Amino acid sequence: MLFLIILILSFIAGFILPWWMVAVVAFLAAIIVGKTSGKSFLSGFAGVAIAWVILALIKSIPNENILAGRVAALFQLPDWIYILLITSILGGLVGGMAAWSGVLFRKAFQKNKR
Amino acid sequence: MKFFKAFFTLAITLLLIWALQNKLGPLPPLGKLLNPATGFWQNAEGRHVDPSQSLNLPGLKDEVTIAYDEHMVPHIFAKNDHDLYYAQGYVTAHDRLWQMDIQTRSASGRLSEVIGPAALSHDRYERRMGMSYGAENTVNAMMQNPVMREVLLAYTDGVNAYIHQLKPKDYPIEFKLLDYAPEDWKPINCAFLLKLMSETLAGGSDQFAMTNDLVRFGAKTMNDLFPDYPFKEDPIIPVGTKWNFKPLPIPKPSKSFLAQMGDSIHPAEKIPGVGSNNWAVSGSKTANGYPILANDPHLGLSFPSIWYQLQMSSPTVNVNGVSLPGAPTVIIGYNQRVSWGVTNVGADVLDWYQIKFKDKSKNEYWYNNHWNTVKRRIEVIKIRGQATEYDTVIYTHQGPVVYDDTLKKEKGYAQNVPVGNALRWIAHDPSIDMVTFYYLNRAKNYNDYRKALTWFTAPAQNFIFASADNDIAITPNGKFPLKFKDQGKYILDGSDPANDWQGWIPADQNPTVKNPPRGFVSSNNQSSTDPSYPYYINWSFEDYYRGKRTNDRLTGMNHATADSMRLMQMDDYSIKAQDVLPTMIKYIDTSKLTKAQLKAFEIVKHWDKHFAANTIGASIFEEWWRRFFNAVWDNKFAIKGTYLKEPSADRTEKLLLTEPTSKWFDNIQTPQKETCADDVNQSFFAAIDTLEHRHGDIGPKWEWGQVKQTFVGHLASLPGFGSGNFIAGGTGGVINALRNNNGPSWRMVVQLGPKVEGYGVFPGGESGNAGSFYYDDMLKTWQNGQLNKMLFMQSPDDSEGRVKKIVKLIPEK
Repeated sequence: MLFLIILILSFIAGFILPWWMVAVVAFLAAIIVGKTSGKSFLSGFAGVAIAWVILALIKSIPNENILAGRVAALFQLPDWIYILLITSILGGLVGGMAAWSGVLFRKAFQKNKR
Repeated sequence: MKFFKAFFTLAITLLLIWALQNKLGPLPPLGKLLNPATGFWQNAEGRHVDPSQSLNLPGLKDEVTIAYDEHMVPHIFAKNDHDLYYAQGYVTAHDRLWQMDIQTRSASGRLSEVIGPAALSHDRYERRMGMSYGAENTVNAMMQNPVMREVLLAYTDGVNAYIHQLKPKDYPIEFKLLDYAPEDWKPINCAFLLKLMSETLAGGSDQFAMTNDLVRFGAKTMNDLFPDYPFKEDPIIPVGTKWNFKPLPIPKPSKSFLAQMGDSIHPAEKIPGVGSNNWAVSGSKTANGYPILANDPHLGLSFPSIWYQLQMSSPTVNVNGVSLPGAPTVIIGYNQRVSWGVTNVGADVLDWYQIKFKDKSKNEYWYNNHWNTVKRRIEVIKIRGQATEYDTVIYTHQGPVVYDDTLKKEKGYAQNVPVGNALRWIAHDPSIDMVTFYYLNRAKNYNDYRKALTWFTAPAQNFIFASADNDIAITPNGKFPLKFKDQGKYILDGSDPANDWQGWIPADQNPTVKNPPRGFVSSNNQSSTDPSYPYYINWSFEDYYRGKRTNDRLTGMNHATADSMRLMQMDDYSIKAQDVLPTMIKYIDTSKLTKAQLKAFEIVKHWDKHFAANTIGASIFEEWWRRFFNAVWDNKFAIKGTYLKEPSADRTEKLLLTEPTSKWFDNIQTPQKETCADDVNQSFFAAIDTLEHRHGDIGPKWEWGQVKQTFVGHLASLPGFGSGNFIAGGTGGVINALRNNNGPSWRMVVQLGPKVEGYGVFPGGESGNAGSFYYDDMLKTWQNGQLNKMLFMQSPDDSEGRVKKIVKLIPEK
């Protein structure tokens, strides 16, 4: 559930908002529907990582991955797929950390409410 | 406790975002760069081209139609000149914005602003050489010329119209890599671009090295090894051309110069090979009876290219060719009636003057028998991540004292700049050179060509011309200082008024020839004239090798077609090899050769002297000559701790062919007395050794195309953004002067006639975006030695089926 929300919102955000909005999305989503730290981190990570892979491929595939290949070479990586991997991992980390923070706040509030 | 954990995790998250948003060491901000929303992924373009587009832009007077052909070359149709140059600014910015930005920053010494302190030496050098000073003078002059003013302001508005509609996700990728944003374009940036061309083509000097030579070897040796006219020459203005003017009196050599030449005073570097080819044949030698013009300027090869191809049409002009991104007008090209092109003259318009300061304060300097006050100019250099630097440059009446203190000059940097010398450089003077191209674009005949040339100051170019009236002409042209012979060959005494530039050669007395009897004109950076020309332009030019080959081929040419010229541009026959190889071969003692050396010897002996990609003889000869040259001169000129200039290939040729017993063959660092035979043989052994060491046994790996590294690099040398190495023929000193990443940056052939036909190609593409399919789409054609037929539309509908996209620029209400 959390995963899907983060995935869809991150994907949409990618068209109109600055990149770090995915952190806000993941954070807020996790505060509202996050369950455990582990699940939230994974949802955040996978949600953003996959959203970013899709957004990147939407631009890169029509380009036959030429630009991605050049950027990979710039970073001394042997293939364009590595640059895609790094992109998704970085996005995933941000999403994961943000979601984790969010669920921790949710838990902190729940504890206090009691 | 729970809140603490939550806040801590949140803090880590924010730290992560912060790290990805900022530069970490040399790495660009990875979050900004790699995210798919605004990062480099957004620069990736697909193959699909939108066939029509409409843009509302502020500042336009009327509608403009831009037709893009299959290479995305824009063909601009404007209803007035203002909109024409506005549109040129817009389309150029659309394709080459980052190039325009970085070239301006480089020329104006503003790289540190975006790159940080690593670029500080470079910025200081540009400021101290007076690049900003010169650009300011130039833009002021341009703004005072009513025509140029309008052109410049329109071009600026067009560039800014593009910049203002850019969103961060659309910034060119290099902005994202370097983490900065494009700034507004200013008219002075056009001036900086021109100064950059002056720096590339007329900003080198070897006077410092030459003066060191003079001190070390004395005037007699200098006159012998560095003569004022080469051993072999085929000058641009044909021998026998009459000068139909009365020359101005030549200034007398200063006392200090004469003393220098008499060895009684001792005072306190120029890149060879920067050159190009052009030629034009009259209708008497062509198949269709009309002239053909060819031009291939040799510059650094880069993605994006120095050139941007386009067509420009308005009620006053319809011109096709290439432009320099950052400056308005077409620089090399043609219209229905005429065609023109350029190669570098290599005039001496940069001189060093030794300055004697009164004391440590350096407030006064000795000149004309009294003390004169200096001026000071403060250059403000902003540095990313550091405090701004304020660099004070001292100016005498000659110009800036580039390095007044050895401490200011970083070790190993700007080796050719002598400390404590003021610089007199043509690039400092106000100039409106662009007007020349404005008028050439609109020229209809020879007289228009001659009038256009009078506006040009620097960097001096051999302007070649052909017209549908069956006229051909060439003019080594620029604003040349009136000098005494060899004034500027060495460093000059800055206290003597007789050493100043005394005036100018009148523009109409620049060397020129029209419709010579031989039926063709040409230039390949060799001597402008034979010794009969009354004025001094320089003491040395490029060796005659390309010029001789060009003239030999054109002499024998009849019924020429555009294709004949295309093939000639690819010619890789070496006149140098023709001159020296037979003699070098004669000196080889075959009895002393090993089996491998004998095999190599047979190959080079039977070599056809073409620097083709698949010949081994070329590799052997190249290494052999290089080592022979070094064997003769290095022991005398390449001494550790000194900065000396070596004699030319031409002088070395003369030595080899006509002075077999010369003392210069002896290696002064060995006790034996080496002879010419020793040098030739030793260098042959060493050459074969080197080739074996590098490429194994004689075989395909010895082929010239494999041995030399040919490539087109990214403008900022970004790995992965260039072409990579590829196989190609050619070398310096042959018509196809392609070596490493320097060579024919544009190849053009124009057939004049009732309907002009232009052919051209450059190694790259119109787009500076590495994510575009038009980044390098013309490279293959260029590599294959082919040319594209240039689309020359006579109206917006005249598409010939080649228009892929129409863009309409509409005035914003």
